Amino acid sequence: MIRLPLILFFSAGLFSVGVYGVLARRNAVLVLMSIELMLNAVNVNLVAFSQLWHDLTGQVFALFVIAVAAAEVGIGLALVILIYRNRETININEVNLLKW
Amino acid sequence: MSAQEYAFVVMALVGTVTAVRMVTARNVVHAALYLVVTLAMVGGVYLLLAAEFVAWVQILIYVGAIIILFLFGLMLTKAPIGREALDNQSRGLALLIGFGVLAGLVFLIQDAFHWSDAKLVTVQATTGDVGASIFRRYVLPFEAVSFLLLAALIGAIVLSRKDEKA
Repeated sequence: MIRLPLILFFSAGLFSVGVYGVLARRNAVLVLMSIELMLNAVNVNLVAFSQLWHDLTGQVFALFVIAVAAAEVGIGLALVILIYRNRETININEVNLLKW
Repeated sequence: MSAQEYAFVVMALVGTVTAVRMVTARNVVHAALYLVVTLAMVGGVYLLLAAEFVAWVQILIYVGAIIILFLFGLMLTKAPIGREALDNQSRGLALLIGFGVLAGLVFLIQDAFHWSDAKLVTVQATTGDVGASIFRRYVLPFEAVSFLLLAALIGAIVLSRKDEKA
């Protein structure tokens, strides 16, 4: 038996660490890793509530989130490698061609 | 506190500390290795919550596949070492926003759930149950996800392929 708020605090902690990572890092691969952290926090919540209500929908959605995250990482890293090939950098502060 | 709660607190602490080390690491490869520990701890939390299929999928896909992708991405792109090179100038603002998000979430959670009630009595969700749920109730989303994965596969190949000069 686990008290639900404990799990929710853990996932809130993971999510805010992910938010900090996305905002503070400027290496594009590290930003993608922080996004994975945030997606994992959401998954923890989905599984916890699935156990609270004894309904498997939460776990099925967690699996869908994992699949979407895998697709996102594949495309994201392909983009990062393409940017590196063209610009010799993956510093997201220097990739500002479309910025007003 | 029950034994399950003690195990959860240990795994949650390890996971959170390694997550913090990940976003503050000076070396990109170390960051990826810290992420491995965090993801494994999240997998352990799934096991504690008796969601065995999600736990093994987490280990297989995240720890097994996505981390390898990240390591390849890091090795194909040369990254400098050191915090100043990996972080941007607005680190203080990012810290402020991160703590703001954390404070907001903690306030909302302790407002919505009382500490004593909302106890999880975990019921083992077997792989068969999850499979039946996917293929009975969520067949259409499942097909959509498989189409998404196909599109991502083709997209990644098209993006990372070298253009041959005509």
